[in-house]
Amino acid sequence: MALPDLALDYTLRTVALGAMLLGLSSGVVGTYAVLRRESLLGDAISHAALPGIALAFLLTRSKESALLLAGAVAAGWFGALLVSAITRTTRVKLDSALGLILSVFFGFGLVLLTFIQKQPDASQAGLDRFLFGQAASLLRRDVQVMAIGTLAVLLAVLLLWKEFKLLVFDPDFARVLGLRVRLLEVILISMIVLAIVVGLQTVGVVLMSAMVVAPAAAARQWTDRLSLMVLLSALFGVMAGMSGAVLSSLTPRLPTGPTIVLVVSGLVLISLLLAPNRGLVWNWARSRARRGQVRAEGMLRQLAALAEHHGSLEHGHPSAVLRASGWSPEQVEHVLHDLESTGYVRQVGADRWAITAAGMARVRTAAEANKAGDVSAYLTGSGGEVTGEGQP
Amino acid sequence: MADRHNEGVPAVAVQDLTVAYRERPALWDVDLTVPSGVLLAIVGPNGAGKTTLLKAILGLLRPVAGQVLVFGEPVEQQRRRISYVPQRGSVDWDFPASVLDVVMMGTYGELGWIRRPGRRERERALAALDQVGMRELSDRQISQLSGGQQQRVFLARALVQAADIYLMDEPFQGVDALTERAIVMLLQQLRAQGKTVIAVHHDLQTVPEYFDWVMLLNVRRIACGPVAQVFNEHNLRLTYGGRFAMAAFAREVEETAPTVVTPDRSSSGGGARGAA
Amino acid sequence: MTAPQVEIQLIAAIVAAACALPGAFLVLRRMTLISDAISHAMLLGIVVGFFLTQDLNSPLLILGATLTGLLTALLVELLHRTGLVREDAAIGLVFPALFSIGVILISRYAGSVHLDTDVVLLGELAFAPFDRVVIAGWNIGPKGLYAGGVILLINAALITLFYKELKLATFDPGLAAALGFSPVAIHYGLMGITSLTAVGAFDSVGAILTVALFIAPAAAAYLLTDDLARMLFLSVGLGVAAALSGYWLAYLLDASIAGSMATMAGVIFGLAWCFAPERGLVAAARRRVRQRWEFAQRMLAIHLLHHERQPGGEPELQMEHLWQELRWDRKFATRVVSLAEGRGLVTQQNGRLELTDRGRLLAQESLLA
Repeated sequence: MALPDLALDYTLRTVALGAMLLGLSSGVVGTYAVLRRESLLGDAISHAALPGIALAFLLTRSKESALLLAGAVAAGWFGALLVSAITRTTRVKLDSALGLILSVFFGFGLVLLTFIQKQPDASQAGLDRFLFGQAASLLRRDVQVMAIGTLAVLLAVLLLWKEFKLLVFDPDFARVLGLRVRLLEVILISMIVLAIVVGLQTVGVVLMSAMVVAPAAAARQWTDRLSLMVLLSALFGVMAGMSGAVLSSLTPRLPTGPTIVLVVSGLVLISLLLAPNRGLVWNWARSRARRGQVRAEGMLRQLAALAEHHGSLEHGHPSAVLRASGWSPEQVEHVLHDLESTGYVRQVGADRWAITAAGMARVRTAAEANKAGDVSAYLTGSGGEVTGEGQP
Repeated sequence: MADRHNEGVPAVAVQDLTVAYRERPALWDVDLTVPSGVLLAIVGPNGAGKTTLLKAILGLLRPVAGQVLVFGEPVEQQRRRISYVPQRGSVDWDFPASVLDVVMMGTYGELGWIRRPGRRERERALAALDQVGMRELSDRQISQLSGGQQQRVFLARALVQAADIYLMDEPFQGVDALTERAIVMLLQQLRAQGKTVIAVHHDLQTVPEYFDWVMLLNVRRIACGPVAQVFNEHNLRLTYGGRFAMAAFAREVEETAPTVVTPDRSSSGGGARGAA
Repeated sequence: MTAPQVEIQLIAAIVAAACALPGAFLVLRRMTLISDAISHAMLLGIVVGFFLTQDLNSPLLILGATLTGLLTALLVELLHRTGLVREDAAIGLVFPALFSIGVILISRYAGSVHLDTDVVLLGELAFAPFDRVVIAGWNIGPKGLYAGGVILLINAALITLFYKELKLATFDPGLAAALGFSPVAIHYGLMGITSLTAVGAFDSVGAILTVALFIAPAAAAYLLTDDLARMLFLSVGLGVAAALSGYWLAYLLDASIAGSMATMAGVIFGLAWCFAPERGLVAAARRRVRQRWEFAQRMLAIHLLHHERQPGGEPELQMEHLWQELRWDRKFATRVVSLAEGRGLVTQQNGRLELTDRGRLLAQESLLA
C-alpha cells in the first residue's frame, strides 16, 4: 500500500487513531507510575482486567466494547486495591502482592474465558483479542470509547498538575501541606487503570504493562523536568503506538501488541545509549576520564610528597618508585605522560620524573578544597552527598 | 593473644584507597593503619563514606585505587579473622527465623559450603547469646525483637565467629540504654582479649568514653590516632566543615570532661593506652 | 477416577511442588517479579530452540529456554546497574521485549507447525496424558510426569544441599559475602532453578500460571509460619492442594485446568490472609479487641491506685465516677469492671471499688513500663 492511501484508508485511520490514543494516555500516566516506582502496578492491573472483561460478557452477553471495558476497569481497580490491602495488612512485600494478583486474576480470567467458549450461545465472543491485542479489530465506536478514556486522563493531569508533582516528588511534604494524599493516590491509580484499559484492545493484557513503563523510562533519560518528561513520554507512546499498529495492519501475521512493544523497546534502547548527560555512551566516556583523573591526582600527590621530602623540584624519580598503589607499569607510564602534557610533571632524565611548580600548586588547591570539606564538589563540579550503592 | 605469630603487623592497613560510586568519589585517597587491639571509632558527617570504608575493608567493594591489608595479607585470605556487624536496618526482620538461627549464621563461614551446623555450633551460639544477655530469647522469632535486642542478636552472631577484628556499622544506632551498656561492656571484653574493633559511630559525645582510637573521615581522612591526640575541635571542624556547630562541641566537652574520673570511664577513655 | 484423571492430577501436583520450593525463596528475596519476567521471556528461548531442533521435546530446547531465563535475570540486573532505571522498571522493560520477539517469531514462521503461543502461555494440562514415554515398546507413563518429577528432584536436592547458603544470602547478603559465600553465585543459582522449573512447567501449566504457583503457595506459607524449613514444606503442601482442588474446579466448570489451579492458589492465599493463626485479618481484629479490654482494665487499676490513698479521693472510687473521670459510657464501664473482677483485680461493694493486691501490682507495673 502506498503512503497516500494510508491517509485515506478508513480502517487504517481508525487503527492509527486508536493506537495514538493508547500511546498518549499510557505515556502520560506512565511518567507518574515510573517515578513513583510503581512500574509494575500496570502489569498487575492489566492482567487483572481479564476476568473483568469475561465477567462483563457473562453478565450482559454483549460484545459492546464500552461494557467490556467497564468490566475491565472495575476488575483492574479491584486488583490494584487488593495489592495495596495485602501490602498494608500482611508482611507480604509489594513484589509478591503484585505477582500474586497478576497471576491469580489472569488464571481466573482464563477459567472464565474457557468457560465462555464452551457455552452453546457464546460463539467465541472474540474475547481472545484481549490477550495480545488486535488493532485490526478496532471499530469507530471503540476509538470513541478510547478517546473518552484518554480525555479523562489528560484532564486529570492538567487539573491536578501541581498536586501530582508534589505526590511524586515528596508525598510526606504533600501531606504536611494539607493535601489529601490518599485521595490523590486513588485518583492516580484510577488513571493508570483507565490508561491501561484504553490500550487493552490494541496491545492486549499480557504486554500492556510495557506501554506504561517503556515510554516513560525512555523519556526520563532525556530530561530532568517533569513537564518535559510527560510530553516526551506521550510523544514516544504515540510514535510507538502508531508505527506499531500501522506496521501490523499492513503486514500479514504480525500481531499488534508485540510489534508496538518492540518499537517502544527500540526507543528505550536508543535513549539509554544516546541521551545526552545520562546516556550510557557518554557515561562510559566520562567515567574513563574520571578514572584517569583519580590516578593522575594520586600520582601528583606522590610526586609532591617526594619533592617536599627532598626539598627540591629538580630531583627526578624513576617510575618504578611511583608504582606503589598496585598499578601496572603501563598505567604509571600512561598517567605520567598525561601529566607531562598538562605541564604538572616534567621528565628530567631517562625515566626520571619530577613535579613542576604548577603541579605543586594543583596539589595545594586540592588540599584546600578538601579542607573545605567539599571534595566531591571539587572533583565533579557539583556539590551533594554520595548517593546510591555500588552493590546490587 | 589474637595473633602471636605476626606481632607488630597492623590489624588493618588501608593504603591510598579511593572508591567511587559512579561519578562521585565516596572515599578519596584514604590511608588508615589500625594497630592490633584498639577500639577505633570512625566518625564523620552523612555521606562521608564511613560504611563504604567498612565494606571496602571487608572486600565487598572494588576500589578504583589503593589496597587493603588485613594482618598483612589481602582480605580474601583473612576472612575467618574478620567479623562484621551490619546496620540493623540492612536486613528484613520479617525473615522466618529464630534468634538462634540468626546467631548460628556466624558459624557458616568456618563450616564452608554445604556442611550444616550441628550441636557444637548450637552450643557456641547459645554461649554467645549468654554473653549479650539474650539466652532466654533464643527461640523468639526475630520480628518480635526490639531494636536493642536485634542489635544484640547481631553482636552475638559476630561473637560466634570468634574473629580477631570486629567491624561494626553503627552498633549504638537506636538502641536502649540497657543495650548500650551491654555493647560497651562487650567492647571492653573484646579489647581485654586483644581483639580489634572498628566501629562507625555517630555520637561524638561518647567517643572519648567508649573508644581509644578515632578516625575522622569526610571522603578523605582528616585525622586518625589516639582519641586524646586527634579528637579535638580543630579536626572536628575540618571534618564537619560549616556543618559542625561550635555549640555541639562545647556541650560535648562539658559533658564528657567531668565524668572521666569515674572508674569505668577512665578505663575506657583510652588516650594513654592508645598512645602507649 | 479414570487413569488420565489420576495422571493429570499427579502431574499437576508434582509441578506445583516443584514451583513452590524456589518460590519460597523468591518471596523472601523479593524477587517474585523476576520469576514473572523469566516465565514470559523463556517463550523466546523455546521458539528459537524449536526452530533449531524442530522438536519440542529436545533437551537442547529445554537448555536453550533455561538459558533464556538466566539471560533475562542478567539483563534486568545489567539494566538496573546502569543506574538509569530502577529495578522494577528494568523488569518491566526486559521481559515484554523478549516476549514480543517470541510471539512475533511464532506468528510469522511457525504458523504451520505445532507451536502455539496459547500453549506456551496458557498450557494445556488436559492433553498431558496423551504425550507418553515409550521405551522399547513399553509405555511407561506420561512425559509430563517424568519431566516434572526430575525437576522436582533437582530443586529439592539443590535446596537441601545449599539450604544454609540460601538462608544466609537471603537474610543478610552482606554477611554472606563477608564470609566468602558469593551472593552472586547463589542469586544466579536460584535464577537457574527458577528458569528450569518455569521451562519444565510451561507445557503443563503455561508460563503466566507458573508465576501463580511460584508465588501464591509460598506467600500463604509466609503468613502461616515463622520457620524457614516449615515454610518450605508448607509451600509445597499448599501448592499441591491448589493443584488438586484446581483440577476439580476445572472439572466442574469444564474450564482451563491451569487457570483453575491459579485461581485455587489465590483462594488458598486469601484463606491464609484472613485466617492465619497469628497474622490473619481475623486474628488481628480479635487481638485489637482484646487489647482494648486489657487496656481499659489497666486504666481502671491505675485510676483506682491513683485515688485510693488520696485524701478526698473516696468519691473517685465509686462506680458512678468512672464514666465521668475516664469518659467511659455506662455499659462499657460495667463490662470493664466485671472483667476486672473476674480476673481478681478489683472487688466491688455497694458501688465502691477497691483494688486487690494483684490489681495494685498490675497498676504499678503498667506505670513503670
